[in-house]
Amino acid sequence: MNPRSPITESRAVRFVLITGAIFVLTLFLLLPLFAVFAEALRRGWEVFFAALEDDAAQSAIRLTLLAAGISVPLNTVFGISAAWLITKFRFKGRALLLSLIDLPFAVSPVIAGLVWVLLFGAKGWFGPWLAERDIEIIFALPGIILATVFVTFPFVARELIPLMDSQGNDQEEAAVTLGASGWNIFWRVTLPNIKWGLLYGILLCNARAMGEFGAVSVVSGHIRGETNTLPLHVEVLYNEYQFSAAFACATLLALLALVTLGLKGLIERWSGHSSTGN
Amino acid sequence: MSISIQSLRKSFGSYTALDDLSLEVPDGSLTALLGPSGSGKTTLLRIVAGLEFADPGSGRIAFHGEDVSAIPAGKRGVGFVFQHYALFRHMTVAQNIAFGLSVAPRSSRLQAEEIRRRVMELLKLVKLDGLEGRRPHELSGGQRQRVALARALAIRPKVLLLDEPFGALDAQVRKDLRRWLRVFHDEIGLTTLFVTHDQEEALELADQVVVMRNARIEQVGNPQTVYDQPRTPFVYEFLGNVNKLGFGNDTRYVRPHEIEVLFAAEFDPSTDSLAQVHHLFSAGPVATLTAKLHDGQFLDIELSRRQLAELSLSVGDEVAVRPLVAERVR
Repeated sequence: MNPRSPITESRAVRFVLITGAIFVLTLFLLLPLFAVFAEALRRGWEVFFAALEDDAAQSAIRLTLLAAGISVPLNTVFGISAAWLITKFRFKGRALLLSLIDLPFAVSPVIAGLVWVLLFGAKGWFGPWLAERDIEIIFALPGIILATVFVTFPFVARELIPLMDSQGNDQEEAAVTLGASGWNIFWRVTLPNIKWGLLYGILLCNARAMGEFGAVSVVSGHIRGETNTLPLHVEVLYNEYQFSAAFACATLLALLALVTLGLKGLIERWSGHSSTGN
Repeated sequence: MSISIQSLRKSFGSYTALDDLSLEVPDGSLTALLGPSGSGKTTLLRIVAGLEFADPGSGRIAFHGEDVSAIPAGKRGVGFVFQHYALFRHMTVAQNIAFGLSVAPRSSRLQAEEIRRRVMELLKLVKLDGLEGRRPHELSGGQRQRVALARALAIRPKVLLLDEPFGALDAQVRKDLRRWLRVFHDEIGLTTLFVTHDQEEALELADQVVVMRNARIEQVGNPQTVYDQPRTPFVYEFLGNVNKLGFGNDTRYVRPHEIEVLFAAEFDPSTDSLAQVHHLFSAGPVATLTAKLHDGQFLDIELSRRQLAELSLSVGDEVAVRPLVAERVR
């Protein structure tokens, strides 16, 4: 037995706390996850796979991958640039930029979607101009990407800012005096120092990009087989009382969450190992 | 290569970090920028390196007569060692040292084989051979310091700049490394400018000491000159212990070891003052005696333990104190 530390609570208190925590976790996290898989498989594997192989489902999966495949790299570049600006330079409007980065977290996703409709929708500010030129943004892929980019903007930047702040500029300055170009400094000094934080931010960004419902729902128009992403497809199926098919598609999102969590754990472990002693 | 700094100004907003400052650093010298924090010494070093720039239109920095004020840090040819070393954490010792050589433009970059040879030479120079595969976090503070030095030297800099080179080290390591750096400097003969707030370090290590205060230079000279002939009260007080005595409007400074203690019977009214022994402390190489003058001012006196034993004084005894030098400073 370990000697009791001075801040250890009595056995009874510990028992109550642990049981309470397990109860809440089970009720709110594990049970829903279990329910998703149970519902999806209730009518057997055949129905499950049929739901996934359905044309509309396939199109939703492709669209989700495409939207994430475009928004995540964009936000990775934006996030790195914003974090670089904010941590390496002192300039007017820096505080404003910091709050702007947080805006998508503060704003309801529905508003995030409506903003784009107001700007680019048929009756929006630029609607007529776009219509004249036959450019479709709302109810099409560009709108979905815009909404996704907006909603997932903070993830990479928010992950990098505290990290880069704590590392300071010393190593970059050392590289400057040694004659390295800005490009070299970024690739050989800055990036290796932030790689784990960056990976972590990209992972969370991706999870949100694939799972985003609210903002995308407003701009997508729910055109089956064309502008439905996976979360939207799940909703459509559910509203049509196709519960097994809805849950089958939902398992994909649940799996995405589990994979994200698994990778997140791995990243934490690797980065922990590589930074010991620093 | 000599460094010549002429009427440099630097302000951060309304704060003046350097106020019309000029300085000559002779070729091959080891010069200390000494001053309390906020005196502008680090800012000066960073401007010489090109990491900061002086206020527009002010001043000029020249290496060996050539104006470098407009040359960016990376092309200025300075070796800079940061206070906390700023080693690249994810690189090995060898990769750290080779960095400056491996990022050189392709046209002037050395062959990989040549770079490796140079790295090995430098490792030997800083006495770290065998540690080339280690990463910075596997090294002691003193070893990291020497990696940083080797990395700075790899690019064959014209001048070497060190920011608080011993600031982050333990007392014992600091002493060893200080001695080592002096010998090292004499071997390579590179013009070196280092920042410190430790007067002992500056006096022991440097050929030339630059005492700074409030964005200005108070005095420049070799260690003996600044210690023995301080030009301002600040220099007097900053370089070692000193007694500051007020006589009306007159202030006199006298160092604790420049006072002789005599029996009261030997009192000579033309040179001496009578005082009472207030406190005695005699652990360590020198004994310290605090005497209280009749006007109530205290005087710290350092004497050898043998002298103190010969006088066989105890607290409360009356003595005559005779300043050997009594400098009055403007």
